[in-house]
Amino acid sequence: MRGAVTRFAARDPGPVARVAGFMAHLRDNGFRLGIAEAEVAMAALAVTPADEASVRRALKVVACGCAEDWARFDAVFDSYWRNGGRVRRKVVPAAPPPHARPARGAEGDSGTGRGQAEAPDSGRAGESEAGGPGRLVATAVRNLRRTDLRELVAAEDIRAAEVVAIRLGQALRDRRSRRAKAARRGARIDLRRTIRASLATGGEPMRLARRRRPDRPVRIAALVDVSGSMTVYARPFLAFLAGLMRADGRADAYLFHTRLVRVTEALRDEDPLRALDRITLLADGFGGGSRIGAALAQFAATHARRFVNGRSVVMILSDGYDTAPSDALAQAMARLARRGCRILWLNPLKGWRDYAPVAAGMAAALPYLDLFAPAATLDDLAALEKELARL
Amino acid sequence: MTTAATVQSGLAAQGYVASDDLAMAVHLALVLGRPLLLEGAAGVGKTEVARALAAWKGCALIRLQCYEGLDAAQAIYEWNYQRQLLAIRALAEGGETGSAVEARLFSEAYLLERPLLAAIRQPVAPVLLIDEIDRADEAFEAYLLEVLSDFQITIPEMGTIRAVTRPMVILTANGTRDLSDALRRRCLYAHVDYPDAATELAILQARRPDMGAALGQQIVGFVQSLRKEALEKKPGVAEMLDFAAALAGLGVADLTADPGVLQAALATLLKTQGDRAAVTTEVAQRLAGRAA
Repeated sequence: MRGAVTRFAARDPGPVARVAGFMAHLRDNGFRLGIAEAEVAMAALAVTPADEASVRRALKVVACGCAEDWARFDAVFDSYWRNGGRVRRKVVPAAPPPHARPARGAEGDSGTGRGQAEAPDSGRAGESEAGGPGRLVATAVRNLRRTDLRELVAAEDIRAAEVVAIRLGQALRDRRSRRAKAARRGARIDLRRTIRASLATGGEPMRLARRRRPDRPVRIAALVDVSGSMTVYARPFLAFLAGLMRADGRADAYLFHTRLVRVTEALRDEDPLRALDRITLLADGFGGGSRIGAALAQFAATHARRFVNGRSVVMILSDGYDTAPSDALAQAMARLARRGCRILWLNPLKGWRDYAPVAAGMAAALPYLDLFAPAATLDDLAALEKELARL
Repeated sequence: MTTAATVQSGLAAQGYVASDDLAMAVHLALVLGRPLLLEGAAGVGKTEVARALAAWKGCALIRLQCYEGLDAAQAIYEWNYQRQLLAIRALAEGGETGSAVEARLFSEAYLLERPLLAAIRQPVAPVLLIDEIDRADEAFEAYLLEVLSDFQITIPEMGTIRAVTRPMVILTANGTRDLSDALRRRCLYAHVDYPDAATELAILQARRPDMGAALGQQIVGFVQSLRKEALEKKPGVAEMLDFAAALAGLGVADLTADPGVLQAALATLLKTQGDRAAVTTEVAQRLAGRAA
């Protein structure tokens, strides 16, 4: 792999090669740069005094594209030009931490991997038993058993869920656009087209062209937590997910536990039960530990960049029990919120009497939510229709 | 031939104190003829850069304020329908041919220039400020990319209008939403932070030369430490200048002298109910005491 090789600037043959090398170094460090930027960098250096401070500033202005790049640039610059260090591994997408790796593979090659599983069940080695006393405690260990989702979800559940999903989808979906478009009928008169057409009738505006604000469909992305602490709620949620996929051709579905899996295509299978079969294969590790922060960060950095924009609604179904520190979750939520989407968090525990969102993860996510609502059964989900319409 | 240093001194002559990074960014944007994207919190002086730049270069400043739903008719051009209707009426008796009428109606005289079209048709290259680009939606970003890459605008009825001069383009954003990579890559980039104490003092002195040195230091120290508090909305540079003006107007010579007056003047710095409640008289006095 090229990223692991240390390049020493001093051995490079000329300024062009050095700048190109530096650009490659930036790319290895997660900067999004193309050939064009290298050209701009050369042009910029041609009009910049040759002292280090000026060169640093000029390259910074050319190479950075966002606030994160800006904050990181100086360190990356030093590590290259001052031979300060090796090329760092690419940071996006974030690699899963060692103890979240597939357990079966990890057993052979990393003896320490599983011993690091942190808090709350560090005393007990191994997986948490679904349904046992530790049910509400997040675990960092993946479930070694594969749960067959077909045992959890029945065909009639999916049909019922489909109805709910269609209604929720309708409540969420139709947002009036702010931008008017030409249309056959509409509230406003389109003067540009009317005047143009009136030329044919000697200046009399006989036909009034109109403009209207079209409905812009809202795209739903649903992320379902299938970690151990959520097992009891998996049945309605998975049915809902399957129903949503069948009801709305634009929606996206994801499952997460210690990692995130996109299951949109699998769930679109014509046969609902075969669809579940397919996600059983995908969502290997179902009922294991939860890593909400990492999963959401991965979502925000990868899928969300392509599928989530200002017209999206991101629906997270999770209890908020996370094994990782809560700042990771807060950062991921902040990053997601910047996509301009609306974020709903449906928490099965919120329905409980005296529930307060004290789980560190939940508390960290709260400021970014547009709606935080209880949902443990299909009926609960159906009851959300009114609230969603109000969003 | 400009350098970052001449940019810095040029902007300083207009009362804008630019950091070294920002001066370099403006310098490269001018020399390379590329748009400059400025990002940073509200109130750090992003918009002010464009104003100072236009004043320094002695050219016009054309500003396009973005908002959700902004479309081509408001950003690029629109026809003047009222005049067109009147002209059609007046022409009705003239017996001109249809095509002659059409050519006349869709001519220069009936075209309303909006900021983007106006900016590329100035005889002297202006500064084009596209303010808060992140408020406009993604569809508008696509229009903008087209204009920024070719500097030409196509009007179906008139043909393509090429830029007479290339405007210096400055875009500002404060992170309401992520901008597209395509737009970011077309622009040079600078992140503008709240100024450090020395820079902020220089700004205050540039804007209010009459302010006493001791009070100036106090004001800057006070505002700097206020920014470190957990506030919903941190006071920007403009707020600091308002605060200084308020204190000058109230005839204050020492921040710690009168807690009541200081508390009243905080209205210029703290703009939400929560922040007003968080900064009590005691907190304000503690911060002022530390700044003194």
